[in-house]
Amino acid sequence: MDFTQVIQAFPSLGNGLLLTLELTVLAVIGGVIIGTALALARLSSIRVLSWLAGFYVNYFRSIPLLLVITWFYFIVPFMVGWVTGTNQPIGAFTSCLIAFMMFEAAYFCEIVRAGIQSISKGQVNAAYALGMTYPQAMRLVVLPLAFRKMTPLLLQQSIILFQDTSLVYAVGMMDFLNVARSQGDITGELHTFLLFAGLVYFVISFGASTLVKRLQKRLTV
Amino acid sequence: MNYNWDWSVFFKSTGIGSEIYLDWFIAGLGWTIALSLSAWVIALLLGTVLGVMRTLPGRFAARAATVYVELFRNVPLLVQLFIWYFIVPDWLPEKIELWFKQDLHPATSAFISVTVCLGLFTAARVCEQVRTGIQALPRGQSMAAYALGLRLPQVYRKVLLPQAFRIIIPPLTSEFLNVFKNSSVASLIGLMELLAQTKQTAEFTANLFEAFTLATVIYFVLNMGLMLVMRTVEKRVRVPGLIALGGK
Repeated sequence: MDFTQVIQAFPSLGNGLLLTLELTVLAVIGGVIIGTALALARLSSIRVLSWLAGFYVNYFRSIPLLLVITWFYFIVPFMVGWVTGTNQPIGAFTSCLIAFMMFEAAYFCEIVRAGIQSISKGQVNAAYALGMTYPQAMRLVVLPLAFRKMTPLLLQQSIILFQDTSLVYAVGMMDFLNVARSQGDITGELHTFLLFAGLVYFVISFGASTLVKRLQKRLTV
Repeated sequence: MNYNWDWSVFFKSTGIGSEIYLDWFIAGLGWTIALSLSAWVIALLLGTVLGVMRTLPGRFAARAATVYVELFRNVPLLVQLFIWYFIVPDWLPEKIELWFKQDLHPATSAFISVTVCLGLFTAARVCEQVRTGIQALPRGQSMAAYALGLRLPQVYRKVLLPQAFRIIIPPLTSEFLNVFKNSSVASLIGLMELLAQTKQTAEFTANLFEAFTLATVIYFVLNMGLMLVMRTVEKRVRVPGLIALGGK
């Protein structure tokens, strides 16, 4: 094991880690937004809407993330071409980001839905009694309460997403894992680089989930 | 929309022997199922042992199991796979290492790596489910078992585990489905399972929409099918009177 090689590779490893984190943060934001919309659709009294959202969730939860990433890598440029009518190339980053957002939205949806359902009916009734409309009741009363309850779960799911971003290796993106692997190949120190990558992922995930557990204790009402 | 749909592509010859593309999908599905089942055996056995360890009165066993769970849950699956595939074989005794790297068919050695990796990865998750199942039982169960004169191994084997497993059928089902889906990472170390065959078909025929649609349908149907089957099983074996969670 020769750690000097790892230290020398810090700049490129850093770039890889940055890409991983960027992908994670953007995918979480997009995923939570789409997921919340899906959750509202699932709980909607309009049959078609709730059925469609339910199908979306079941669909994405029964296929592998890796399949979604690979498929989107091929399909997104086509789609964009059809929509815009041009043949603009779409980067791997964009297609991966869209894949993660849409895939994780299915999981975030279930968390948000459970969160909304855990809010007592009295809150909603009180909001209506105050003369609020449905959007107002959701935006001002239910969602803030629900999000407070779900924050730990959403964060746990985000940690899983952070680990899952390593799958972008499949489409050749230079995320943290792929940089570590290729540096390992170049320097002939694959063992050291892979173990180092594992250690970094472990420290970040474990540290983050420890913090989330602490937050969970503080947030419980 | 300049794309030529052609669903007959699956029945066209691949140009290799008398194979048609559908044969590739069937072979791929075979690998996927073989991988999922063998990894599941490891996950279920090891996960049960670990789950029991976490509920034992002794501090040491519980702590060791906790370390295992944290370690395997906080490192991405793909990193674990690379470690099992690229690193661990080098640590084996020389004879086994040579046998693993040279005598075995590349598909076999990849299969072993993925099976071990997925099995140990999932064991950490199964462990948590088993522990939850055991802890969900009323304490009176184990007390009554001890009062009847059963010893610790008997308490677990005859009283706690049979009931715990009946409670945790739904989460275990989704863990199994996760193994099934996660087995697609095998495509990244060159094992020709379902996803790898899909990609290969897409590249050979340029009919990528059809290829990926078929793969999606296969995953989706098997997933939903197994889930429905397990829902019926779960209802059949539900512990009467125990489950207030959604049961009647």
